[in-house]
Amino acid sequence: MIERLDYATLQHLWWLLCSVVGALFLAMTFVQGGQSLLWQMAKTRTEKDLIINSLGRKWELTFTTLVLFGGALFASFPKFYSTSFGGAYWVWILILFTFIVQAVSYEFRRKPWNIFGSLVYEGFLFLNGVVGILLIGAAVGTFYTGSNFQLDANNFVTWTHPFRGLEAALSPSVSSLFNIAVGLFLVFNARTLGAMYLVNNLELGEVPEMESRLRAACWQNLLLSLPFCLLIVASLLFMRGYGIVDAKGTIEIVSFKYLRNLLANPWLLVLLVAGLGLVIFGAWKTAKTTATRGIWYGGIGTVLIGLTVLLLPAYNNTAFYPSKVDLQSSLTIYNASSSPYTLKVMTYVALTIPFVLAYIAYTWRQMNRNKIGIEDTGDKAAY
Amino acid sequence: MIENLDLGMVNWARAQFALTAMYHWLFVPLTLGISWIIAFFHTIYVRTGSEEWKRLTKFWMKLFGINFAIGVATGIIMEFEFGTNWSNYSWMVGDIFGAPLAIEGIVAFFLEATFFAVMFFGWNRVSKGFHLFATWMVAAGSNLSAVWILVANAWMQYPVGQAFNPDTARFEMQNFFEVAFSPYAVNKFTHATSSSMMLGAFFVISISSWYLLRGRHVLMAKRSIVVAACLGLVASIFTIFNGDESAYEIAQVQPMKLAAFEGLYEGQTNAGLVAFGVINRDKKVYDTQPAFHGFNIHIPGLLSLMANRSFNSFVPGMKDLVYGNAEHDVLGAVQKMELGRKAVASLDAYRQAKKAGDAAAAEVQLAAFDEHKEFLGYGYLNKPEEAVPPVALSFNAFHVMVFLGTLFPLIFIGYLYFSYKGTLERKKWLLGLGTITYILGMIASQAGWIVAEVGRQPWSIQGLLPVTIARTNLTSGTVQTTFFLFLVLFTLLLIAEISIMVKQINIGPEEN
Repeated sequence: MIERLDYATLQHLWWLLCSVVGALFLAMTFVQGGQSLLWQMAKTRTEKDLIINSLGRKWELTFTTLVLFGGALFASFPKFYSTSFGGAYWVWILILFTFIVQAVSYEFRRKPWNIFGSLVYEGFLFLNGVVGILLIGAAVGTFYTGSNFQLDANNFVTWTHPFRGLEAALSPSVSSLFNIAVGLFLVFNARTLGAMYLVNNLELGEVPEMESRLRAACWQNLLLSLPFCLLIVASLLFMRGYGIVDAKGTIEIVSFKYLRNLLANPWLLVLLVAGLGLVIFGAWKTAKTTATRGIWYGGIGTVLIGLTVLLLPAYNNTAFYPSKVDLQSSLTIYNASSSPYTLKVMTYVALTIPFVLAYIAYTWRQMNRNKIGIEDTGDKAAY
Repeated sequence: MIENLDLGMVNWARAQFALTAMYHWLFVPLTLGISWIIAFFHTIYVRTGSEEWKRLTKFWMKLFGINFAIGVATGIIMEFEFGTNWSNYSWMVGDIFGAPLAIEGIVAFFLEATFFAVMFFGWNRVSKGFHLFATWMVAAGSNLSAVWILVANAWMQYPVGQAFNPDTARFEMQNFFEVAFSPYAVNKFTHATSSSMMLGAFFVISISSWYLLRGRHVLMAKRSIVVAACLGLVASIFTIFNGDESAYEIAQVQPMKLAAFEGLYEGQTNAGLVAFGVINRDKKVYDTQPAFHGFNIHIPGLLSLMANRSFNSFVPGMKDLVYGNAEHDVLGAVQKMELGRKAVASLDAYRQAKKAGDAAAAEVQLAAFDEHKEFLGYGYLNKPEEAVPPVALSFNAFHVMVFLGTLFPLIFIGYLYFSYKGTLERKKWLLGLGTITYILGMIASQAGWIVAEVGRQPWSIQGLLPVTIARTNLTSGTVQTTFFLFLVLFTLLLIAEISIMVKQINIGPEEN
C-alpha cells in the first residue's frame, strides 16, 4: 500500500506524523511545567524530593520525544531543518542549552560532591521549564508570523536579522507579541499539566498541604493560560497568512488565511475546541474535586491543541515556515520535503510506532501503578 | 558560494563539532559497554537470588546512571548541530542522513528512555523478570542507537545508495538497504561497539583494582573483575579483527586517509607499516623533506597486506593521490579537480538551460555532467593539496590507537590468569596498571574517532561535499561564541560528573 502513495499524500502524511510527535511532546511538557512549579509547590525538602522523583521517572521520555521531533523533521522536511536550525541559530542554541542542563540535573541534584549544590540544579530545571518552553513556543509562533530569511538558488539560507531567531520574541513588533503569547500559553499550559500530573502520581495522603497547593496551582495556571489562548485564537481568525496561490507554488499574502484554513478543514476546529475543552475539564476536575485523573484529560487535550497548532499553518496550501523578507523563499510541505523514496522508506519505519507506543504504555502502567511516596525518595537510587 | 567563504568560520564550526563529539564520546562508550556488563550482573542476581550480586548490580547501575545523564546532555546538541552549523549539508543530504537519525529516535532512544526508568526504579515496582528484561532492553537500546548513528557516519565516509539530483542540487537516497548495510557501516558498528564493550570492562576493572589495592569490597571487586575481564578479552580480540577489517575498507574507499595515518607520502609496493616513527609535522606533500624525524621502524609488507590483503600490492601515497600516478593507474586530486570543474560547469549550464526552457541544451549538459559527476566535490577545491588531511594528527592518533589496542588483550589475559591462580590481590603492579586502564581505553577510543574524522578532511561527504560548502552561513564570531559556551558548560558538567563519580566510588557498594 505504501508503495502506491503519491508524493503529495506522503508529504501530508509526514507533516501529520511530525505534528503528532510535536503534539505528544507538548503533552509531555508536564515535566517542564512540574519543574517550574518546584520552588512554589514544595516547601520542605521532602516535598521537593517527591516532586523531583515523580518527574524524574518521566523526563527522559519528554526529552526523547523532542529529539525524535527534530529527527523526524530532518528526515522528512530537511529544508525546514536546515533553514530553521541554521538560520534561527540563537533561538535553537538557547533552547538546546536549557535541555542540556536539564538532562544532568535530576541525576546530579542530590548527589554528594556535586560541586554546584542542589539549588543550581533546581535552577537549571526551572530555566528549562520556563525559558525552554517559552522559546519553543515563540519558535512555533513563527510558523504563523514568519521569519527573516532568504534562500538562494541552492536553497542555502541567509538570515537577514542580526538576532538570528531571537527576534521572534525580542523585536518590538506585533508578530513578537503573538509569538510570545504562544510561548506563554505553552508555559502556563505546561504548569497546569505539571500540577495535574503530580496530583496523579504522588502519594497525596503523605503531603496534604502540598496537595492543596498543587490543586490550586492547576487552576491558577489554567486561568493564566486562557488569556493568551484567547489572544492567539482571536489573532488567528483575523490574521493574514502565507498561501500557495498557483500550481507553480507561488506564495502570496492571503487575508484571513488561517480562518480560511479552519473553514476548509473544519475537523481542525473540532480538534481545537475538543482539546481546549478537555484541558479545562481536566484542570477543573483536578482543582475543584478530589479526582486525580485530570492529567489524562489535560494530556489528551494538549495533544489535540498541539495538532491543530501544527497542522493549521501547513495544510490547505499554506507556507508553514514563511519568510517575511522574501515570500518565495517560504517553506511549504511541498518544497521542503524529502524525496518520495525517502518518505516511503520512512513510512515503513513509522509502522513500528504503534509497537513503540504500546511498550511505552505498558511500562508506564507498570511503573505508575503505585504512587510515588516518601519511601521512594529514601532509596539510594532515588534522585 | 565559495566567493564569500569565511574559512575561519568553517574551522570554528569543525572545532565546535569536534568538541561536542569528543565530550559526547567520553560518556557514550561507557554506556554502550557497561550496559551489557550490568545486564550480566543483573542476570546472575536473578538466577542466584544472591543479595551480594544484587548489591553489586545496583552499585554499577548507579555509576552507569551518573554517566548516562551527561551522555544524554551532550548528545542532544549533536543532533541539532548538523542543522545549526552545517545547514547546507543538512539540506543537501537530509534525504539520506536524516533517515537514520529519525530511525534512531524511533527504534532506539525510546527503548532506552522507557526502560531506563524501569531499570533504576523498578526494584520493588515491577516483577523480577520484567525488571531484568528492562536492564537488557537498556543495553539493546543503547547499542541499537549506535547502529543508526554509525550508519549515518559510515555513509559520510562511503556514500553509497544515493544519486545526485541536478534539479534540486541534492543527494537523494536510491537504496535504503545499501545505506543501512554498507560494509563500511557494518565495520564501524562492530569496531565501535566492541571497543566500547572493552572500555566498559576497563571501567569495572579500574574501579575494582583500586578497591583491591585498598583492600576494600574485596569479594565484589574480584567477582566484577572476572565477569568484566572475560567480556573484555573477547571484545578486545574482536576489536583487533574488525579494526583490521576497517583499515582494509578505508584502503579501498578512502586511500588518502590510509596514506595520511601511515605518513605514506610516496606510494610503495610491499609497503611497510610504521611500528615506530616521529612524524615530521612541517612536511608538505609537495616538498622533499623526510616524512619522519630520524629513526623509524617499518614492518615490511604489512601495510600492503592490511590495505589490499597482499604483501606485494601497491599502496598509493599522498603524493600519488594528489598529483596522480599513471604507472599504477592512480588518479590524483589534480586530475579529479579538472573533471570536477567540468562537472560543476555542466551542472551550472544545465540549470541555466533549464531555466531558459531550452530542453535540448539541458539534455546535452546533463549528459556531460553525468560523465564527471563522481568528481563533483573536487570541483569545489581550490588547490589539489587541499585533498590532504592533517597528516601528523591522523598519524599520531592512529598509532596511539593501534599501540594501545594491541596491549589491551594482554591486560585482560593477565587479570584472568591471576584471578584463576587466586593471586590477583598480590599482583600490585597489575592492579596499579589496572586502575588507569579506563583512561588508556578512553585515549584509544578518542584517538580512533580522530583518525576517522580528521582523516576524512576536507570532506564532509567523502569526495562529494567539502566542509567549506557544507557549512551554515554564520560569522565566525557567532560560532566562536557558542564554541566557548559549550566548552565552559561541558567542562563544568564534566567536573561535576567526575566529582560525583569519585564520591560514589569512594562510598562503594555497601552504602547501597
